[in-house]
Amino acid sequence: MKTLLRALLVPALALVAALVVGAIVIVFTDPETLRAWASSARNPARALSLSWALVSGAYSALFEGSFGSVRAVSETIVTATPLILAGLSVALAFRAGLFNIGGEGQILAGAIAATYVGFTFRDLPALVHLPAALLAGFAAGAGWGFIPGFLKARTGAHEVITTIMLNFIALSFVNFLLKTQTFLRPNRADPISKIVSESAELPQLLGTQYRLHAGIVLALLVAWGVWWLLFRSTVGFQFRSVGANPDAAAYAGIRVGATYMVAMFLAGGLAGLAGGVQILGIRKYMTPGFFGYGFDAIALALLGRSHPAGVVGAAVLFGALRAGALRMQADTSIPIDIIVVIQALIIVFIAAPALVRAVFRIRAERVAEPEAFTKSWAA
Amino acid sequence: MKVELRGITKRFPGVVANKDVHLHVEPGEVLALLGENGAGKSTLMNILFGLVTPDEGTILLDDEPVTLDSPADAIAAGIGMVHQHFMLVPVFTVAENIVLGVEPTGRAGWLDRAAARARIRELSEQYGLRVDPDAVVEDLPVGIQQRVEILKALYRRADCLILDEPTAVLTPNEIDDLMQIIESFKSAGHSVIFISHKLKEVMAIADRIVVLRRGEVVGTTTPQETDEARLASLMVGRDVSLEIQKTAAAPGAPVLEVRDLRALDDRGHPAVDDVSFEIRAGEILAVAGVQGNGQTELVEAIAGMRPVARGTIRLDGRDVTGAQPRRLFEAGVAHVPEDRQRHGIIGTFPIRDNLVLNQSHRTPFARGLRIDRAAVAENAGRLIDEFDIRTPSADVPARNLSGGNQQKVIVAREFSRGDRLLIAAQPTRGLDVGSIQYIHRRVVEKRDEGAAVLLVSSELDEIMSLADRIAVMFQGRIIAILDRDDATRAKVGLLMAGHRDEGTSGKGEEPA
Repeated sequence: MKTLLRALLVPALALVAALVVGAIVIVFTDPETLRAWASSARNPARALSLSWALVSGAYSALFEGSFGSVRAVSETIVTATPLILAGLSVALAFRAGLFNIGGEGQILAGAIAATYVGFTFRDLPALVHLPAALLAGFAAGAGWGFIPGFLKARTGAHEVITTIMLNFIALSFVNFLLKTQTFLRPNRADPISKIVSESAELPQLLGTQYRLHAGIVLALLVAWGVWWLLFRSTVGFQFRSVGANPDAAAYAGIRVGATYMVAMFLAGGLAGLAGGVQILGIRKYMTPGFFGYGFDAIALALLGRSHPAGVVGAAVLFGALRAGALRMQADTSIPIDIIVVIQALIIVFIAAPALVRAVFRIRAERVAEPEAFTKSWAA
Repeated sequence: MKVELRGITKRFPGVVANKDVHLHVEPGEVLALLGENGAGKSTLMNILFGLVTPDEGTILLDDEPVTLDSPADAIAAGIGMVHQHFMLVPVFTVAENIVLGVEPTGRAGWLDRAAARARIRELSEQYGLRVDPDAVVEDLPVGIQQRVEILKALYRRADCLILDEPTAVLTPNEIDDLMQIIESFKSAGHSVIFISHKLKEVMAIADRIVVLRRGEVVGTTTPQETDEARLASLMVGRDVSLEIQKTAAAPGAPVLEVRDLRALDDRGHPAVDDVSFEIRAGEILAVAGVQGNGQTELVEAIAGMRPVARGTIRLDGRDVTGAQPRRLFEAGVAHVPEDRQRHGIIGTFPIRDNLVLNQSHRTPFARGLRIDRAAVAENAGRLIDEFDIRTPSADVPARNLSGGNQQKVIVAREFSRGDRLLIAAQPTRGLDVGSIQYIHRRVVEKRDEGAAVLLVSSELDEIMSLADRIAVMFQGRIIAILDRDDATRAKVGLLMAGHRDEGTSGKGEEPA
């Protein structure tokens, strides 16, 4: 319990700090409040009360939009679902000492494969079709992730470079595929795919008026599975050994190269599953362009300290911010981009524990771990 | 300068590192601070050097109480520290390293190299620290690098010099040189605090000896009033015998046969060349040599951690040239690696996991894909007891243990299995008397159980007390293999320095 609280301390403080700085940014975005501050020498009370109204209005709308109603909670979870899977992908790879920056590419690979299976085998019963489509998403992502793992193991090519490059290859390849007759929706000239059949869709959990779908159940099961794999299995023991000290792992007879390949394969599979779940649960068809989860996933793994439970928590937080931002924009006309700023600030505060330490005057021992994470990124 | 510590107490979570420690050094005096690993010597010196703030107590320099909040404070107050691990910039020259941070500047802020060189020469001559100011540090042997560290402290006008385990990395000759340097420093009226757990050196150099045990001062004495055995028991807290009891070897069939082995170093140059030897069951072959003569690469090649460029390695008659570590493990090879932090343990892993590092894939620890945590915990409990690993629990990350206890974790893991060949590289480096004695006893036990033992050590004492046969390595080759009975310290010492003629009277067994 104490260790849990300790683990939550820095992320929680980072969130608070980010919200405070975010509040200042919000004040700056509103011309009227800004003018009030410009003349605050004459009337400081007005400037303060305007700012307070603005910020509290924004944050309460943010909360309303993320947790204030069934629909809000549904939206938060729907947004969090692919983030959980993508975050797990980065976390798993990181535990094995790998930086999977290739989430985007693996998500695209998984999404296009799930889409293909989803619209092609129309006669299958849902009980077969849905798992097959999900599996296709996993397999395609895994295959895409395996490439940098293989290159690292065999040639020493750094996975940061190869995964980034493979993102763009995947992007262009998907664009190409979407223009082929196999994928192109009949009577459409723009690159947009056929729609997956109902038998491949993830079931809705709260009926048709809410978007909540079974993907969250899958994501939580996978999170548990990743936890088990990492902390209870021999494979995870090898992953973590290689991640913590590849020299000692090699000395102990663990095949470091093979471990890299397996870890990247699984990490790619998790990202691919994120793409598949998003297609089969929400989008139902494929369009060109990045999904945008692969880069958030890196932040999530950092925020969640590469622990599956932490990743789930971080993904729910990001999901809530995203879902609430829509409501905030509608209610207060504060641009949705402010949320991106707050997300980025959270990461800055997490990545710079010394900053949080200085602001909140907590002792060094408690924040030792995230430092280790960010440091290793340079390696 | 007179340095005094009064009532120093420092607590870390769960442990009292120093408890009401009083000590002082007079000008012109060498004080030896003796204690086992984890006795609190380093913490105490880090307090004096401003790296750690004490919870209680005062530091007095020339009877004036001072507060030292950082090494900069300590240096300004005239305290110099030579750390066990050198803090030098390898690609800089000696002079550049020495002036780094306190560069003499001439007109317009240019670095005044001439002034720096002149002052360094002056210091070199004054204390007999011969060193070329223009040599690049990475090209220098360890002993010279240490002189650079000492010069660095002197250049900053250190009046009291703290030497943290200064002899751990030195050859016997370099140790003699260091002793002379300390003497000249002392006769110039400066004070020295010499941290060590090596009794011989302490007896040779110290004017006064303070013994620390579990953070407390347990005795203050002088070399005249005491002897090595008494110091050892004071340090450990019980009687210890310094001599290892062992019977004559009863060698059986050859276990390890190395023929014409060549292995390359990391830069691709041959580090081991034309090396041939064999070890029989139930005997200890000790490889002696000054560090850096190919011992590291030899061990790594045999242990499957470095490619074999040429030659063959056979284990129990089977060819294992280039075999992976896991195959060697399965064939009964145990390996205590030279670099324990890098290869031997995973610092962030709990002790429990470190004790099964190379066995996590097999019964009883793996049940299918699942790790049997009960079996891992049971194994940890048993080995912690059996090998006397001092830890509050098996969950403690290995990096939190003292060096000696980390080594015990490795020894426990490796000695609890692997009964054909035991490779022990520098198994007691940096360890205290109690741990050394313990590990030596275990090595001999292993031999008596019928294992072949390959011991690599740069400690002549260790070689002489454990070996049944001694192979001396020099510049990548084994230049002689002696029977223990034919070997004297002098003979081995000369061979280690490459003097072949004087030493080859022993029965070598290199094939023609």
